Amino acid sequence: MSQATVLCQLLDAQAAQRPQHVAVEDPASGGAISYAELKRASDRLRDRLVHLGVRRGDRAGVYLTKSIDAVASIFGILKTGAAYVPVDPHAPVSRNAFVLANCAVKAAIVEQAQADALRQELTNLGHLPPLLVLDGAGDGRPLEAALSREQASDPAAPSDTVIGDADDLAYLLYTSGSTGKPKGVMLSQQNAMSFVAWCSETFEPRSDDRFSAHAPFHFDLSILDIYVPIKHGATLVLVGHETGKEPAKLASLMAERRITVWYSTPSILSLLAHYGSLASYDYSRLRMVLFAGEVFPIKHLRLLKEQVPHPRYFNLYGPTETNVCTFYEIPKTIAPDRADPYPIGKTCSHLESRVVDGAGNDVRPGEEGELCICGPGVTSGYWGLDELTRNAYLDTADGKQWYRTGDLVVAEAGDGYVYRGRRDRMVKKRGYRVELGEIEACLYQHPGVRQVAVIAIDDEDEGLRVKAFVSPNEGQKLSIIALKRFCSERIPLYMVPDVFSFAPALPVTSTDKIDYQALKEMA
Amino acid sequence: MSSDEAIAAAVKQFILDEFLPGEDPSELTADTPLITSAVLDSVGTLKLVAFLEERFNIGLAAHEADVEYLNTIADIVKLVESKQQAG
Repeated sequence: MSQATVLCQLLDAQAAQRPQHVAVEDPASGGAISYAELKRASDRLRDRLVHLGVRRGDRAGVYLTKSIDAVASIFGILKTGAAYVPVDPHAPVSRNAFVLANCAVKAAIVEQAQADALRQELTNLGHLPPLLVLDGAGDGRPLEAALSREQASDPAAPSDTVIGDADDLAYLLYTSGSTGKPKGVMLSQQNAMSFVAWCSETFEPRSDDRFSAHAPFHFDLSILDIYVPIKHGATLVLVGHETGKEPAKLASLMAERRITVWYSTPSILSLLAHYGSLASYDYSRLRMVLFAGEVFPIKHLRLLKEQVPHPRYFNLYGPTETNVCTFYEIPKTIAPDRADPYPIGKTCSHLESRVVDGAGNDVRPGEEGELCICGPGVTSGYWGLDELTRNAYLDTADGKQWYRTGDLVVAEAGDGYVYRGRRDRMVKKRGYRVELGEIEACLYQHPGVRQVAVIAIDDEDEGLRVKAFVSPNEGQKLSIIALKRFCSERIPLYMVPDVFSFAPALPVTSTDKIDYQALKEMA
Repeated sequence: MSSDEAIAAAVKQFILDEFLPGEDPSELTADTPLITSAVLDSVGTLKLVAFLEERFNIGLAAHEADVEYLNTIADIVKLVESKQQAG
């Protein structure tokens, strides 16, 4: 194969090399699709999208349950030269409409169940692009059916796959924003391709590998899940949203589907270790367990490794803006007296790192500072947010731009970096980025809320719990259930505070700002 | 108290103690959505299942640890009763 420069070439190369090999399995629908069929489905969608006006440099939305239809849709969009924008199919429709309007998608692929509500919300926002509506999403047939239906009534001419430049945007991933609105991280073809190349070098995937796809497609773990197996002609096994949260089902799926490379957040692996009855299954084919997105408490990791000792375990670290940027292989045996989480490790070979102080100067070895990353994997910024983009980087005299991760680390001899905490108010909840400010912005919309402050509390069992301190309007009595329901209609469930506490007034500092330190001490 | 009322009362107390400390008990009714309005997250749902199995001496299948069976106290009572009858 000549050197691929964009993601969609990875699929077409394997479709030529091993057309009959299974590319994607979807246990939820019982479906499977070969490389040749996936190529064909994505080509058909490309033609339709081009007919609808999608061009290189545009964006197109994917509002689908994780499915073969969703994978085919992603490749279909990439083949037009546009970037795909995956939204969380389980998040409130209003939030997804905001995302799709924010980056002005030229078209979106959506399931019938959400289509009317989405159309309404997009109309309200003054941006209603053409929607390709699928009856559902599962084994790939809903997409085929929708395309055939459209083709019969409004034929699209065949078009060519667009092979753009390395700098073209490949996808936008929206993450929690501190101002109350999600922000779109722009990732280019080169960002993705350089990361995928690093995965090839580090994990040496094979065509007989079977990768899990546990993470939702709007989450950056999905980049490894989708493109690494496709590049190597391996098989991608989709883990459905419902199954993904239920350790008993997950444990049996991993064994039945003979997963060889597993990738998920530590939260899920902790659930599996505690509730999955792992010892009763045969995981002999599992050769690697990768985890990322949050700190893995050592007692849960130990419990997991005791039950499934033979695979190699890797801690992968990196924000959406860089994808994985450091990694650490967990030793074969965890020392019995180890209590601290493992390091985030050494910098990936395609990137460079440095640790700086508040003024942007390199710290001395062994001192704590902010980790900054530079290289082909690093985002060029946030969609439509120039100031935020400018502030995201440290510019050095040699002309390099270093992405400031906001994560505080210490370099330790031999082990690479050790994670120490955050510089700001972003936390990781079950692997998701959560800006505590976005939760506050949501609660401030409630008519009974006068003042609110949200903090994160470390929790040995769950990693982290989010607590909201609420001061109600005078004479108002607020119900925790009602507040949780209010939040669940506006922000994703993982962002809804776990605990609420009411007070007539919140503590303030001498400058009349909410005293978060005092709240933490109260919690 | 009839048996379904006793089950409902025990489940309600468990949910209030475990997931809603500080809540006015009258706000939690038989029809309050638990999973879809974020009272129970996935770990909370597993804790509830463990509580039901131990308290009522029943066994739940993996597919029953789900929004379809556990989203309200009324649903939970129905599930527990069906298990007790089957057992």
